[in-house]
Amino acid sequence: MEEAQVYARLTPIIRDVMDDDSIEVTPQLSAKDVDGWDSLTHIRLLMTIEKAFKIKFSTSEIGKLQSVGDLVSLIGLRA
Amino acid sequence: MSALYTELQWLLRAPADFPQRLKAITDAEAPPGAELQALALHALDLNQLTKLAKAMAKLTAAGKTFAPLVPLRLAVLSNSTFDMIAPAVTASALRHGMALELVLPPYDQVAQQALAPDSKVNACKPDAVLFALDYRALPLKLAPGDAAAAEASVQAVMGYLQTLRNGIKTHCNAVCIFQTFAAPVETLFGSFDRVLPGTMRRMLDDINRELTAFALANGDVVLDVAGIAETVGLSDWHNPQQWNLGKFSFAHDFVPLYADHVARIVAAIRGKSRRVLILDLDNTTWGGVIGDDGLEGINIAQGDPTGEAHLAVQRLALQLRQRGILLAVSSKNTDEIARAPFKEHPEMLLKLDHIAVFQANWNDKATNIRAIAEELSLGLDAMVFLDDNPVERGLVRKLIPQVAVPELPEDAADYARTLSAAGYFEAISFAAEDAKRAEFYQDNARRASLKQQSGGVDAYLASLDMTITFQPFDATGRARIVQLINKSNQYNLTTRRYTDSEAAAAESDPTVFTLQVRLTDIFGDNGMISVVICRPQGPEVWEIDTWLMSCRVLGRRVENMVLCAILEHARAAGVRRLAGVYVPTERNKLVIDHYSKLGFDKTGEEEGGLTRWTLSVDSADPDRAPMKIISLGFN
Repeated sequence: MEEAQVYARLTPIIRDVMDDDSIEVTPQLSAKDVDGWDSLTHIRLLMTIEKAFKIKFSTSEIGKLQSVGDLVSLIGLRA
Repeated sequence: MSALYTELQWLLRAPADFPQRLKAITDAEAPPGAELQALALHALDLNQLTKLAKAMAKLTAAGKTFAPLVPLRLAVLSNSTFDMIAPAVTASALRHGMALELVLPPYDQVAQQALAPDSKVNACKPDAVLFALDYRALPLKLAPGDAAAAEASVQAVMGYLQTLRNGIKTHCNAVCIFQTFAAPVETLFGSFDRVLPGTMRRMLDDINRELTAFALANGDVVLDVAGIAETVGLSDWHNPQQWNLGKFSFAHDFVPLYADHVARIVAAIRGKSRRVLILDLDNTTWGGVIGDDGLEGINIAQGDPTGEAHLAVQRLALQLRQRGILLAVSSKNTDEIARAPFKEHPEMLLKLDHIAVFQANWNDKATNIRAIAEELSLGLDAMVFLDDNPVERGLVRKLIPQVAVPELPEDAADYARTLSAAGYFEAISFAAEDAKRAEFYQDNARRASLKQQSGGVDAYLASLDMTITFQPFDATGRARIVQLINKSNQYNLTTRRYTDSEAAAAESDPTVFTLQVRLTDIFGDNGMISVVICRPQGPEVWEIDTWLMSCRVLGRRVENMVLCAILEHARAAGVRRLAGVYVPTERNKLVIDHYSKLGFDKTGEEEGGLTRWTLSVDSADPDRAPMKIISLGFN
């Protein structure tokens, strides 16, 4: 899937899971930038993404994710 | 993974505007309890449940109360990660009429919290404590083949649980809810793991058995997680990746299901389990429509797949009755006709004796269910209503939302399982009176008298977005036209049967007026549901030779719209009078007043009950129904 397409679909997902419609989803965005993006919410986010894009992340891939940019690349490869 | 359990398919799908609806409830002045429950009565995913719980927390902080929801303070002691599950439990409890306050102490402090008198859990004086323990943190030692060591391990676990229980009982005396343990998927021998003492599987089997006996003896409550895991599939229940990631005891996909099960248990503790199963008859209790298909035509044949599916519903109903659930019937049928299979059909499992209240009439089901509730002196919130027809389900949900109405799948084979999966009858005890309860009502299927009509039926019908399509007979419709003409027995004024060529003759005769009528609504296409044939009976008169309708669309004033269509075409053809005739049969008592209700005047009655009717085309002005009209194929 093209990156632009991934961003288009990912943005509403992040906003919905974080319950914040004002979040600007950029490649540099990471958990520390968003209130409430703790480890559990992170897991809920990944779960929602897996379901929405019909993909599965491996344990090691999850461990390597540092920012939205990493996430988008990974989704782009898989979806 | 079965979608029935991951998507809670007995519940309506969540509305697209869920976040907006939630915001509206949070922002409103009005007490939020009932609205929150209505919103929770949908299948919500983890994100939606989390939002709902957050909204509740916000409302609590703002000092709002949740009446009429029943409050309960639940403390959860867990040795696995419960934080993501907690909001799901609170939100799911709303669905069952409960306003839960969930107390979750810091992670993995089960013993400390249970035993210290001033622990967070004991100090908050919970009504109930849920021991959400995972097998991995139990003092269990693998000892394949060593029965003594295995027994010691099992007793060590029981001792541990007993200690926890004593702590809670001593310090806050809350109701103790114990979970059974879902065994690991990985076996060491294969089948032999079940047999040999000292394997994990065998030890957990033993623990679960001892735990349930212990709970029964002490009056504690059991949440059968082992059973839930078995139901959905142990290998789906356990997710190694998620356990490794964050000590999640079971797959996230099952959090909504698990949360609903916890909610059912706390609701049962508060006496909120439902007590009555109200059954629709046609295409629910049996395959087919009794009024049209007759005793010979309905399907409950053993060996026929559809018959078996409906027998499974009957069987489940009978078994529920055996455990104290009352059975009632709410059917749109003539009473006598509806009772016939119970009395005479050799394959029926359900007999009239099994039915506490038998409501078969042509009134709307909301009015009938109210009458059933009153007759049984039980609240509407004790009722469950099973009906294959989404229109009926929608009506009951709309007008009497306290009644539980499960969504049903397309295939009747899944009806019994779906009803069971919904868990409306969850109970935590069973007494002698429960077994006998159904017998108290065993006095031949009483009829409850209808007092007031349910308001709101018209508004509900208007919300169905109905479109009615009128066409003259044509070759495309002929097979279905002929089928309807020959199959319809109840809503059939003259029961005149036509062969295919006779129908074709009517179609091509320019003096004969024919109608094939189709109806769609928000739930889909009902197909062809009415057929009319009018023949010239002298100058300026049409005799209505045939007027029949599918009973499935009764109560929606389709017949009014059909009359409007007939009148429109009659006017255009210079016809001044419509002549109707009612030819009584064994099966069509339903339409004895059809012409009277449509404003016709009676002109005669013969011995045997045949009646004749007349309507002046010029002055006729029938009530319409809120439907879109499409007219096709008329020149």
